Amino acid sequence: MLSTLITGLVLGGTYALVAMGLTLQYGISRIMNLAYGETLIFAAFAAFLLFTTFGINPILGLVIILPVAFAVGYVIYGVMMQPLVTRSKKSGTLEVDSILATFGLLFVIQGVMLVAFGSNYTSYNYLNVGINVLGANIAANRLLAFALAVIIGATLFYVLTRTRWGTTIRAIAVNPNAAPLVGIDVNRTARFAFALGTMLAASGGVMISMYQTFNASMGVVFTMKALVIVIMGGLGNLMGALVAGLLLGVVETLVATYVDPGLTLAATYLIFLAVLLWKPAGLFGKAAGR
Amino acid sequence: MTVFSRRSVLRAIGLAATLLAGVGTAAVSAQDRTSVKIGYAISKTGANAGGAGITTLPNYQLWVHEVNEAGGLEMPDGSRLPIEVLEYDDRSSSEEVVRAVERLATQDQVDFILVPWGTGFNLAVAPLFDRFGYPQLAVSAVTDKAPEFVQRWKKSFWLLGGGHDYTEALSKILLDQQAAGTINGDVAVISVADGFGIDLITAARQSFADAGLNMVYDVTYPVGTTDFTPMLNEAAASGADTFVAFSYPPDTFALTQQAQVAAFNPKVLYLGVGTGFPVYQANNGDKIEGIMSLGGIDVNNEAVMDYRARHEEFIGQAPDWWGSVITYASLQMLEEAIKRHGLDREAVSAELSTGTFDTVLGETKLEDNQLRQLWFGGQWQNGNFVAVAPSDREGASAPILPKAPWPAQ
Amino acid sequence: MTRTILGFALVALGLAALAWLPTQVGAYGVGLLLGMTGYVVLASAWALFSGPTRYVSLATVAFFGIGAYTVAVLSETLPYWAVLLVAAGIGLAVALVVGLATLRLAGVYFVIFTFGLAELIRQLVTWYEVNVTGTLGRYIFLPISPEQIYWQLLALAALTIGIGWLIARSRLGLALKVIGDDETVAAHTGIDISGVKLALFAVSATIITLVGAIQAPRWTYVEPSIVFNPTISFLTLIMALLGGANRLWGPALGAIPLFLLFEWLSANFPSHYSIILGLMFIAIVFVVPRGVLAGVEDLWKRLRRKGEAA
Repeated sequence: MLSTLITGLVLGGTYALVAMGLTLQYGISRIMNLAYGETLIFAAFAAFLLFTTFGINPILGLVIILPVAFAVGYVIYGVMMQPLVTRSKKSGTLEVDSILATFGLLFVIQGVMLVAFGSNYTSYNYLNVGINVLGANIAANRLLAFALAVIIGATLFYVLTRTRWGTTIRAIAVNPNAAPLVGIDVNRTARFAFALGTMLAASGGVMISMYQTFNASMGVVFTMKALVIVIMGGLGNLMGALVAGLLLGVVETLVATYVDPGLTLAATYLIFLAVLLWKPAGLFGKAAGR
Repeated sequence: MTVFSRRSVLRAIGLAATLLAGVGTAAVSAQDRTSVKIGYAISKTGANAGGAGITTLPNYQLWVHEVNEAGGLEMPDGSRLPIEVLEYDDRSSSEEVVRAVERLATQDQVDFILVPWGTGFNLAVAPLFDRFGYPQLAVSAVTDKAPEFVQRWKKSFWLLGGGHDYTEALSKILLDQQAAGTINGDVAVISVADGFGIDLITAARQSFADAGLNMVYDVTYPVGTTDFTPMLNEAAASGADTFVAFSYPPDTFALTQQAQVAAFNPKVLYLGVGTGFPVYQANNGDKIEGIMSLGGIDVNNEAVMDYRARHEEFIGQAPDWWGSVITYASLQMLEEAIKRHGLDREAVSAELSTGTFDTVLGETKLEDNQLRQLWFGGQWQNGNFVAVAPSDREGASAPILPKAPWPAQ
Repeated sequence: MTRTILGFALVALGLAALAWLPTQVGAYGVGLLLGMTGYVVLASAWALFSGPTRYVSLATVAFFGIGAYTVAVLSETLPYWAVLLVAAGIGLAVALVVGLATLRLAGVYFVIFTFGLAELIRQLVTWYEVNVTGTLGRYIFLPISPEQIYWQLLALAALTIGIGWLIARSRLGLALKVIGDDETVAAHTGIDISGVKLALFAVSATIITLVGAIQAPRWTYVEPSIVFNPTISFLTLIMALLGGANRLWGPALGAIPLFLLFEWLSANFPSHYSIILGLMFIAIVFVVPRGVLAGVEDLWKRLRRKGEAA
């Protein structure tokens, strides 16, 4: 039982890591980013390339990939999202516009990956050694992803709740219209949050590339898993994403062990639907919907 | 105003219809042929792209390249016509693949159509191949219903066997090993909840029961599962010496990694699709020694090994060890049949059904429109995925069991 | 009044022309018409509910798949028309249950909920097939030609757009406009908001179920990954939004060009299809933000103003 729980928590760590970037982008920048999973897969391919052609291991690879991802996110927001945000101030159609625009972006990134890397399954082995954690054999690479998720979660949570900048961000998440009244530059903060979200997606991609097979068409799987977790946790709530991600991991493992592995995904969606019906704004959401 | 615009819309539709019809007739009236049009729809994007990009598409490209290098397809009169390829992406959607084949047959009026990838898609297009009179050489479709389909669609050919063939070959190996005292009679099986996995697990339940093998663990997992630790733990706890997974490529890769982490060492480790992929060998090195799966190659067959070398040189990666060579052989059969009967699809189909062909597999002849000279089980031995079943067929290697434990970490 | 009659006559004439078209265009042409009409119905039905209420639903494929699966399960035991009726009934029942449970969710929560619903149904069907019936794929051997499928879809399209037209003219239409603009105001005007929303959701879902049921015989072989393919939900949404979900002809005018565009791109640029498609999407969002129909109207108005000035 204990080892099942630990396995589940570690699996959940991956989910949480993937979801935290999206919750930043969605909760703060108000962009429903359907191309999120593609960014993640792109980073996975980058890590794969660095590892196989240049012999740079994925952990060092993070040092290269993360700043690039941040810059890319910053540029994408500036070029693509900014005009939409500005326009939507009058029409209030940001949600639909961002769905459409990032849907296009999804195809572009996917197409570029197909041309550059082909459609084949890609995988490599790194740090695939068992580590004994309280009687459960856990792969070191998964453990690393779990640790990264917890560290990122804790750091961002601290920053958001204890610093002035964090208060700014939360103010925007709560009420983007009133934030400028107290002298907050909504645009700059939203852009920063979007770039940070892209960076988190990339870190998730690098981690996942170490132990999971991926191909250019797989991004949407991650986007959807992340969306489910983000909504369950409550929009823009990092702690919520972390808890919801871990919860899903534990539930999947418990169901696979004690009920039937065939029902793991069904259980995921069942829990998700149940949480929404019980708390329409997610586990940690305060507003009654938006 | 409205009336006028409606009328012009109608006129435009009529014009479009005439144009469409016109294009059709133009294609037919071109008497002096300068090429043979061969078309196909394949999943270049979407969920099926990973499989199609290994087993099917590279072999189409290689074959077309080689035929055109040699001056084209040989006709009965000895002349050669180069192949002109029409390629569509079905985006892994049934509706798209159906429409693409309709387009190839009626709009582009190609001379021959190559098959899409996957059991479901081959079935989806089978009625169309039949209706438009094209021979269908279905390769990447494992189905026990092939005899039935042959009755229904006379020009369909099924080249990769059915689930029973594979599971019976496996249970025979297991029985032999049990008789030799290598393993116990307990088997733990997991399968992916998708066409391939279900077909094989249903067949396996039957085959194992017939053989008197005891299935102590039998579960199915959804497509997209990434963490197999719970299932591996349960399988290990079941005490079975044999672990079988009818899995898809991502699952096969994950299972291999996670079995090492969990130090799970069954005496027989049998995994599904993907075990024969080049990337599998590249990633896992010599750790794959002793792992078994579907398919296999007779490494002493020089024609096959030569094909593998050419494939690697032209495509840039080796073919897989199961379906690729069959795909290539099916194209050689088509090439040979065209050489004998030209572009008459009716005659070519009849020839495929009854003729004997010289392919990379050796002398190849279909029985009841199905290829039966197949390798149903293979094992990684010294860096090659060698064929071990059926053991009485010439070229089979003996399985080396029990599989050695994973190297210490 | 005469204008209405004239309009009806024109629509009837158009329908007749469209129904006659398959005899002229060959098998591929029919396939094209069929696929196009399928998406016209999907997008129009989607917009029946999502247009006025502004609830973005990704459950399209859940109902589409239910329809297709019902046909696959029952095609051997019941006559075809009865299968369609059963499919519509199941779609309606599921829609009512789901609607009652979920329509209190708002905004993006509803979006993801409906997506989750589609996945849940797909997983449950898979699990049931695997564990109870022991097969996954099902075969549909119905003697239905593509032309017949097309005619059925055409009739359904006419029905869907007809319903949209009736709703827009009725008091209900007015009520819906208010809901879309401001639910609180709508509640104060004495409109039974949840009842209206539920009814629309049910109608739209039933039509979508029928589309799945009608199209299924075309594929011969059906399995959950084929009929519950989430791309269908996304394409429907994009088409309706592109044309303008709030207008009667908007979804149809989004579906037709997009469908043809997909076809053209995949035929001519199989390798760069995704990139071109994506760039076009982005361009569309920036150039015609409120849907093609609204864009054309804006342009028309501007042209006219210019004409008057000159």
